Amino acid sequence: MAVFPRRRLAAVALTAATALLVTAGCGGGDEPGDGTVTLTVDVFGQFGYEQLYQEYMDAHPGVKIVERGTGTNLDEYSPKLTQWLAAGRGAGDVVAIEEGLLVEYKANPANFVNLLDHGAADLKGNFLEWKWNAGLTADGKHLIGLGTDVGGIAICYRKDLFEKAGLPTERDAVSKLWPTWPDYIATGERFTAAKTGASFLDAATNTFNTILLQTAGNTTGYSYYDTSDNLVVDSNPSVRQAWDTTMDIIDSGLSGKYGSWSEEWVSAFKQSKFATIACPAWMTGVIEANAGPAAQGKWDIARVPGNGGNWGGSHLAVPKQSKHQAEAIELAKFLTSAKGQIGAFQAKGPLPSSPQALDDPVITGATNAYFSGAPVGAIFGTGAKSLKPVYMGPKNQAVRTEVENAVRTVELGQRNPTQGWADAVTNAKKAAAK
Amino acid sequence: MTVQLDARPPVAPKADNPHRSSGRLSRLDTRFSPYLYIAPFFLLFAVFGVYPLAYTFWVSLHDWDLLGAEHPFVGAENYTRLLADADFWHALVNTLGIFVISTVPQLLAALWLANLLNRGLRARTGWRMAVLVPNVTSTAAVAIVFGVIFGREFGMINWLLDLVGLDAIGWKSNRFASWVAISAMVDWRWTGYNALILLAAMQAIPRDLYESASIDGANRTRQFWSITVPLLKPTIIFCAIIATIGGLQLFTEPRLFHSGTNPIRGGPMRESQTLTMYMFENAFAPHYNFGYGSAVAWLLFALIAIVAAVNVLLLRRLGGGNRPEKKAAR
Repeated sequence: MAVFPRRRLAAVALTAATALLVTAGCGGGDEPGDGTVTLTVDVFGQFGYEQLYQEYMDAHPGVKIVERGTGTNLDEYSPKLTQWLAAGRGAGDVVAIEEGLLVEYKANPANFVNLLDHGAADLKGNFLEWKWNAGLTADGKHLIGLGTDVGGIAICYRKDLFEKAGLPTERDAVSKLWPTWPDYIATGERFTAAKTGASFLDAATNTFNTILLQTAGNTTGYSYYDTSDNLVVDSNPSVRQAWDTTMDIIDSGLSGKYGSWSEEWVSAFKQSKFATIACPAWMTGVIEANAGPAAQGKWDIARVPGNGGNWGGSHLAVPKQSKHQAEAIELAKFLTSAKGQIGAFQAKGPLPSSPQALDDPVITGATNAYFSGAPVGAIFGTGAKSLKPVYMGPKNQAVRTEVENAVRTVELGQRNPTQGWADAVTNAKKAAAK
Repeated sequence: MTVQLDARPPVAPKADNPHRSSGRLSRLDTRFSPYLYIAPFFLLFAVFGVYPLAYTFWVSLHDWDLLGAEHPFVGAENYTRLLADADFWHALVNTLGIFVISTVPQLLAALWLANLLNRGLRARTGWRMAVLVPNVTSTAAVAIVFGVIFGREFGMINWLLDLVGLDAIGWKSNRFASWVAISAMVDWRWTGYNALILLAAMQAIPRDLYESASIDGANRTRQFWSITVPLLKPTIIFCAIIATIGGLQLFTEPRLFHSGTNPIRGGPMRESQTLTMYMFENAFAPHYNFGYGSAVAWLLFALIAIVAAVNVLLLRRLGGGNRPEKKAAR
């Protein structure tokens, strides 16, 4: 009787303590312990690095590379990355950052390794000048990311649907159909009149973004924010012009209204429900992944109406929280080298941001079998070196979301263009203030 | 046994020192052991309940950029801005709307199902297990499947509507239609669960009540409304409270119902954005404003507390009035 209660007390205390320990000690090491270093690479969409990882691992026997997030869309990827950074753990050793978000991350450079401290300055010549500068903080002292790709724009189209509609199918002839956006709309009207059962384009939002970045690149050099970070949604003529052209497209009934990146959008690819899509170089990999092998050879690529343009492109960065910074920096340098960029282009189509890679015969002479052997190197590469970058302001992503949503409400018939524009401006201002 | 135990104390504790200390220990034991036994729950509650609540409140008083290094104190500014935020009220109406049109039919259907299961069916256990199956499936899978069924272009429902010559419905871009679609998901998942709880309560109702009712000539419907439902009231209210808490925190179904660009809005015009989605939109992508998001979380907490209090009041009012039948029956 004397001993029993004491032991029971102890047992209770022990149980309570164990319960706490079990719940608190959920972390723990993840290294295999045999000397290998596992590097995690976080990407979204299609980066085309698989082959490069293999090469790198063969050359570095102590390194194992794991990629996460292939096929994820940017809207799902960016909150995760931000949460990992804010929490101080969870992010990969190398992370991809899209140009529109880079501005937000640049505001807090302490989250990332300063690549200038690790010999990155020598690599400057490997990148287009503006692409290099985009990875630098405003004071130029901190390099957050090395450029991977840029987004030269074209129009990808379905040859079989064009043929059904009695339009030319050969890529040069197709390019001649639409020197300007009004010509593109006129072609779309011819296509629609032929009643093929498919829409002319996938979603007005993608086309809107293409037109905006093209117009802005050719004129002001900025879109929603001016270079002093003032919100100029309602006063920048580029935004208004892109809006009006998009309204004409919607008004002509050309859009299939398949919300970009939605499940319906993916189904529409598979079921051949639209004939054209605004096509930055990286989109070719997305099309191939969504439309699948059955559509091989049915797609082709023509030039974009208007004059050139740049949409998208990413950087690779190394978060400070990485436990293997040195190895991660080496890997990032390898993946963004001219050789790495060429390899990614060959795998999934993102256009190199390295002038050396752009001049390489592998790129200039590249064709893409999925897109009926289109000379993708010549189509996207020509003019890539003279691409005019568009400046992105601090809340670019949030503002862009609001404006694209306004486009979508008009596309779905929920608002008329006047109401839609009013929404776009009000909501953009609200988002910028948050 | 009892006699022996009663007999022992006067002798044993006074015998020697170790025994005396053991007496103190056992008094301590009786006094504090129960607290120690329940301590794990309260410690866990403190760590995972109270601390996050307090921390969220602390965050909500700051201008807290998720990635920022500085978090200046702004007092109640987040709250005042939030109360003037039309999107917040819009999300509140959505949440309550979805809650009402999902909970009411859900509880009625559960009651009906429970009543069916309470009868002498063949393979009764099988049926009872079957109603719980939807609850076991993953919410994500349910939401994705329903998202496909309610698709605008390739969805099954619109295809059926087309077959009977009706216009397709924009299930994701029409506010009320999207509420209905999401409610269907919630109901599909939770009706069986509630039915089983109601069934358990139904089985506790004494059979003799029904027997005497039959002798008095009451038919099944009459018995159901005059005996079953009144005696089930406390259980029904319990189900309603559980549904309230779940309903006001609805997130996964509406979030996964929408795919594509920025699905956290619940449609281009926030047709089915619930409060938890609005909280997420502000705390995380695309705004990363942790302070504002935390303020939404606290107002949601207050809302749930209010609705739960209303439920408790209802419970008190309805709880007492249902015994007379029982007395009368005896």
